[in-house]
Amino acid sequence: MAVVSALVRRPLEQVSGLLRRRFHRTAPAALQVTVRDAINQGMDEELERDEKVFLLGEEVAQYDGAYKVSRGLWKKYGDKRIIDTPISEMGFAGIAVGAAMAGLRPICEFMTFNFSMQAIDQVINSAAKTYYMSAGLQSVPIVFRGPNGASAGVAAQHSQCFAAWYGHCPGLKVVSPWNAEDAKGLIKSAIRDNNPVVMLENELMYGVAFEFPPEAQSKDFLIPIGKAKIERQGTHITVVAHSRPVGHCLEAATVLSKEGIECEVINLRTIRPMDVETIEASVMKTNHLVTVEGGWPQFGVGAEICARIMEGPAFNFLDAPAVRVTGADVPMPYAKILEDNSVPQVKDIIFAIKKTLNI
Amino acid sequence: MRKMLAAVSRVLSGAAQKPASRVLVASRNFANDATFEIKKCDLHRLEEGPPVTTVLTREDGLRYYRMMQTVRRMELKADQLYKQKIIRGFCHLCDGQEACCVGMEAGINPTDHLITAYRAHGFTFTRGLSVREILAELTGRRGGCAKGKGGSMHMYAKNFYGGNGIVGAQVPLGAGIALACKYNGKDEVCLTLYGDGAANQGQIFEAYNMAALWKLPCIFICENNRYGMGTSVERAAASTDYYKRGDFIPGLRVDGMDVLCVREATKFAAAHCRAGKGPILMELQTYRYHGHSMSDPGVSYRTREEIQEVRSKSDPIMLLKDRMVNSNLASVEELKEIDVEVRKEIEDAAQFATADPEPPLEELGYHIYSNEPPFEVRGANQWIKFKSIS
Repeated sequence: MAVVSALVRRPLEQVSGLLRRRFHRTAPAALQVTVRDAINQGMDEELERDEKVFLLGEEVAQYDGAYKVSRGLWKKYGDKRIIDTPISEMGFAGIAVGAAMAGLRPICEFMTFNFSMQAIDQVINSAAKTYYMSAGLQSVPIVFRGPNGASAGVAAQHSQCFAAWYGHCPGLKVVSPWNAEDAKGLIKSAIRDNNPVVMLENELMYGVAFEFPPEAQSKDFLIPIGKAKIERQGTHITVVAHSRPVGHCLEAATVLSKEGIECEVINLRTIRPMDVETIEASVMKTNHLVTVEGGWPQFGVGAEICARIMEGPAFNFLDAPAVRVTGADVPMPYAKILEDNSVPQVKDIIFAIKKTLNI
Repeated sequence: MRKMLAAVSRVLSGAAQKPASRVLVASRNFANDATFEIKKCDLHRLEEGPPVTTVLTREDGLRYYRMMQTVRRMELKADQLYKQKIIRGFCHLCDGQEACCVGMEAGINPTDHLITAYRAHGFTFTRGLSVREILAELTGRRGGCAKGKGGSMHMYAKNFYGGNGIVGAQVPLGAGIALACKYNGKDEVCLTLYGDGAANQGQIFEAYNMAALWKLPCIFICENNRYGMGTSVERAAASTDYYKRGDFIPGLRVDGMDVLCVREATKFAAAHCRAGKGPILMELQTYRYHGHSMSDPGVSYRTREEIQEVRSKSDPIMLLKDRMVNSNLASVEELKEIDVEVRKEIEDAAQFATADPEPPLEELGYHIYSNEPPFEVRGANQWIKFKSIS
């Protein structure tokens, strides 16, 4: 029937249409966007929307970004809005904070968050605490972003996860996207937020493509900071993660599903302020909790989740102690076998889930 | 002439409250202005510097005198309140350095920007806040300029970015404010202050580099009071020519005890930046009478003789007073009148700062985030919750 109506509608094309065998009109292929392109899009849209937004960092302009996240932006916006800095983290992070105090809306890129340690005083003491110290007189609308955590083979000084360190501080917001939609929605929310926001990206996720739902394609697509997302519904156990490990949890859930174990996988999306309510509601349903993160175990994100669960209504619903899956408690080694065993793998998550369920 | 008449009418309108001598003073003929010689500045990478003579009007002179005296008495009152334990924690006083904050303010516009470190009470005043709200912030009361949340080192005003506690961190911030000035294209400059101690911080050199590279309208100002806490400049710096430490950035060394010298140098530096020539560096040679902070008597690393010598030969308020009296810009009695008024203002402010209540406990969680719907903040245990509003 479609062919007939097509013929009626487009007589000129009827011959070529028939020749092209357009008998079954398939749905348009779902839009696939990489995490890198999602962040790029988000920044591009916000740069366009508000003149006060600008990006600075090492190699962000003429190099198109060390990891190509800012590709094309310098060409489009020029030297004033996309600024290459010398290798001076403490200096340029301070400059970015000062610019934010004076009313601009900077995006300050750290090539990796390992280098942010050089500048951490500016992030915490100059940015995070200022609104409070000034009793609301001085706001600091800045975004600090860049890759965080383990990469592949970059060894100890380039692999640290800073979620716990930044998540510790009142006055900061800390977000940790997993997929492309997270990345775009969160970078846009971060830029529009009047507060200092740390966005912890993941280098290994930059090249991964995800389906981009239609609403994510809008220029006003925002993901609220402070709200977790249930990526997969389940009934037997709650598994909470942030960033790349969310993918590992979903893989683990798929494997376990075949054995009749249904995991509820929660993507934290925001480290601070943490959406404890979503985790609590889930635990009250499943009675079991496993947290998964790439960072070190002591004083980590999982430790905080466990403490908060104990303090809240969900504790009485636990049938087993909450369990954490984390990076190994060592500086990241280089050799592949050592590195592989220093980060949580799918098998480690499955093992922890089964242990918790006493299977 | 108009200024003279205005001054006379101001005095006469106050005649009802003032003693008879005030009315007598009004009938004297003062000079409208006078020209003074000021010390030539040492220059680095500059062909010429600020002028070596300057004109001071009677009106400006009286205003600078009043402002410096206010800062002086305010700091001395803070000393007193600290010893009575009404002010706690850190208290870094700037008495002796009044010519710096007053002179700088005289050289810029209210629309320009200024950021400094923790010895900030003087600048907080010259940038527009009242003694009342400054002292009440020091005593941690709700009437303080930061509602008691910040204290001595964290006071903010329009185009004044504090008040910063981490030595040197304010310098990249200042360069960033200058970047915003350039970005907005408004011809404004940022005065970015630091001390002789902070001058050795690495991040300052990072800021110098980027400010010069990007031609930011940033005036780097080193307030050299000869001691970084207990360490003299000779023991801290391989080169104590702080005005040259910007290397590729032009610099000048200024007599920081002379308010007119500071004013002219600041005007000169601001003109340099406004002309789009990029950053410039000013070293102000000044001196603090107090120790580094109220915890430091200030005499273990310097002699009482040295302090006394500066007081008797180079006191900034005395220097201005002598100039004005000797060139008939003002009379001794008139200046004494100002002293009395200032003392009263400080006394009233101290009364307020002592009597005003502390901020309400309910506000402990306020001002965590800007522009945010209310949420809860955890207290000392999980059952104690504070509401947080922006």
